[in-house]
Amino acid sequence: MKASEKIIEFLLWLAAAITILITVGIIWVLLSGSLPFFQEVSIVEFLTAKQWTPLFAQKRFGIMPLVAGTFLTTAIAIAVALPIGLTIAIYLNEYAPSRLKRTIKPLLEILATIPTVVYGFFALTVVTPFLQSFIPGLAGFNALSPGIVMGIMIIPMISSLSEDAISSVPKSLREASYGMGSTRLQTAFRVMVPAASSGIIVSVILAISRAVGETMIVAIAAGQQPRLTLNPLVPVETITTYIVQVSLGDVPHGSLEYRTIFAAGIVLFIFTFALNNLSFWIKKKYQEKYD
Amino acid sequence: MSKKPIKVEAKDVNAYYGDFHAIKGINIAMEENTVTAFIGPSGCGKSTFLRIFNRMNDYIDGFKTEGEILLDGQNIYAKNVQVDELRKKVGMVFQKPNPFPKSIYENVVYGLKIQGVSNKAALTEAAERALKQAALWNEVKDNLNKSALALSGGQQQRLCIARALAISPSVLLMDEPASALDPISTAKIEELIHELKEQYTIVIVTHNMQQAARVSDTTAFFYMGELVEHAKTKTMFTNPKDSRTQDYITGRFG
Amino acid sequence: MTNSTRNRIKDKAFQFFGIFCMLIGLVFLGALLVDIITRGLGRIDWDFLTSLPSRRASRSGILTAWAGTLWILLLTSLIAFPLGISAGVYLEEYTKKSKLSSFLEINIANLAGVPSIIYGLLGLEVFVRQMQMGASLLAGALTLSLLVLPIVIVTTREALKAVPPSVRQGSFALGATKWQTTWRQVLPASFGGILTGVILALSRAVGEAAPLIVVGALAYVPFVPSSPNDEFTVLPIQIFNWTSRPQAEFLVNAAAAIIMLLFITFLLNGVAVYLRNKQQKKIKW
Repeated sequence: MKASEKIIEFLLWLAAAITILITVGIIWVLLSGSLPFFQEVSIVEFLTAKQWTPLFAQKRFGIMPLVAGTFLTTAIAIAVALPIGLTIAIYLNEYAPSRLKRTIKPLLEILATIPTVVYGFFALTVVTPFLQSFIPGLAGFNALSPGIVMGIMIIPMISSLSEDAISSVPKSLREASYGMGSTRLQTAFRVMVPAASSGIIVSVILAISRAVGETMIVAIAAGQQPRLTLNPLVPVETITTYIVQVSLGDVPHGSLEYRTIFAAGIVLFIFTFALNNLSFWIKKKYQEKYD
Repeated sequence: MSKKPIKVEAKDVNAYYGDFHAIKGINIAMEENTVTAFIGPSGCGKSTFLRIFNRMNDYIDGFKTEGEILLDGQNIYAKNVQVDELRKKVGMVFQKPNPFPKSIYENVVYGLKIQGVSNKAALTEAAERALKQAALWNEVKDNLNKSALALSGGQQQRLCIARALAISPSVLLMDEPASALDPISTAKIEELIHELKEQYTIVIVTHNMQQAARVSDTTAFFYMGELVEHAKTKTMFTNPKDSRTQDYITGRFG
Repeated sequence: MTNSTRNRIKDKAFQFFGIFCMLIGLVFLGALLVDIITRGLGRIDWDFLTSLPSRRASRSGILTAWAGTLWILLLTSLIAFPLGISAGVYLEEYTKKSKLSSFLEINIANLAGVPSIIYGLLGLEVFVRQMQMGASLLAGALTLSLLVLPIVIVTTREALKAVPPSVRQGSFALGATKWQTTWRQVLPASFGGILTGVILALSRAVGEAAPLIVVGALAYVPFVPSSPNDEFTVLPIQIFNWTSRPQAEFLVNAAAAIIMLLFITFLLNGVAVYLRNKQQKKIKW
């Protein structure tokens, strides 16, 4: 009896311990894949060279163009998702009757459940042609269209996390503000949003992290041309897209080209790891305590 | 005591939360510069009724008010009345101290700032005046930029009173303002209410009968959404007309 | 114009802006669904569902893709659920608040935020290369299992948390052991919540393309996989492949395949939402 209890507890512990093994595995895979790479390519070149052409005859290994592509699509996505998502969160909290809120929230959540490959298809075949109709010079592959689509995909993430943050601000603060003759808008921006600011910032950081790691939308609609640019109208390549591009090709295992995906992967991992932990830290440190 | 003019008056007021009839045909008049206490058992509608005077219930889904509330003779539920203007005239202090998570100064000037007052000298002056009225000035004058959340509960509540006074309302609604405070802070708030009566018409909801007896000029007893009795406080506590009032103030229920 | 009039106008303006923002999201969603259905629905017929892929768009079907997707769903469930639920039970029922448990918690939160393509790199190196599984269904399913593990763990814990302590105390008081209590009382009581999380995890797995591409799933698989060791493709990869072709006919195929993929995704999510609502209504502790 006692023994079987112990065995079961051990098995359960093992399952939990596997999660640590996964983290260790990720770090080990990224390091062991990229260390040989950094023996051949100096970290200085990797971080400073302005071109990324590992698959060409003339090989250059500067990660900056991929970082720029990632930054650009992410920035566009956040520029779309933050104002819209936050506005929706405020609207649902301060203005919307509760029945509307109950209907709208799940509808918006659908946006988050659609597979990203579907968004990629829509960005390439509908949004890009639509944008081209009034933005002359917009290339068939560009950062703008997948950036916008990614932003819309992320709206529910920002709106529901921010909404949670705002609705956890005590009702009494809202009443105090109304009691002095504030409009709903003043209550929202002068009282509720500042009081919920840490939660809102966390939602934005997580959204950024999500956009940085997003793959299929940009792989389909942003193009596969590493380019050190902030021009949203031309084709670019993100870190994630590059990994997909190499995976689809016939790069021999163990070659330098093969190892580039681990070097790119480690950069991606560092970005998202830093963002995620920043959000945990903010959440823990600045959690407003109300009784 | 000479007869004072009527400041606030409710005429045939009914209110509903959806299908629930919360306030049943209430008529009451409150004179200028007096303190009226609303008493009654929990759930009797006294807080709901109080919130009708500054239309605080407007944002509650399914809440409906019928009848008239006259403030200086004007119906506050008339179509052309703007809620924000109304609430500048009818201030409110809540059950639990609810300072904003900002500095003491920012809390007091909040109401003026949202009205668009940006003159620094005017704001500072108003803050000082309000804090003095709320008997808090001496305790905080050196720390105006300190977070309001660092104050004690009693200080926070006086800050909330100062915040309400800063926009110079003429009526002050207080919803059990001392129920979350210790006896000393409660005594301070009660003292304050006495002083504020000189300038404001005060309505206070309380579940503490001694408090009602100490601070109010008239007392209204509510039961199951009805106004059972409204009379001079002294009369009410010594010689209630209704048997339900009698039962309540002698502690037989509630 | 007085200040309060101006404030009221701003207030109204923001209200309209709020409605406008919600409409952006909803109109976009509507446009996406309408576009895909109008383009793809006509292409879906029995042949499309039962044909192998082909170089000719009009003869291509999604048989191998949906067969691969079903295989992946099945294998991922078999791997991820026992593992995730066990880990959730351990963390919620067996550990006390300690340094280790909070480290595990942070670690799981971190794993949830790792981009899916990184899991692809992990799967490629560990399952495909080191364990020599090749680009097989098993390697793909293992990779996706690790990817959805945090979701399963977190939702399991939430479901367990919702079971009041009185249930456990009642069982302990009758002399039951920890595991008897967990297995006979706590798990059955939280079954609905766990199931919801499990289904949400599946709906996440079914839409993933990136990690499977990295693991080496193929775009062109001319046979239906018959064992976990076979090579495979899945619907999202088939869609990606067709979307990347220049010919317009393949875009129609892609739209048709998207309808199937969305059908599965929405079905899974619908079931999860239904279960959650039912659960919330039923249980009043």
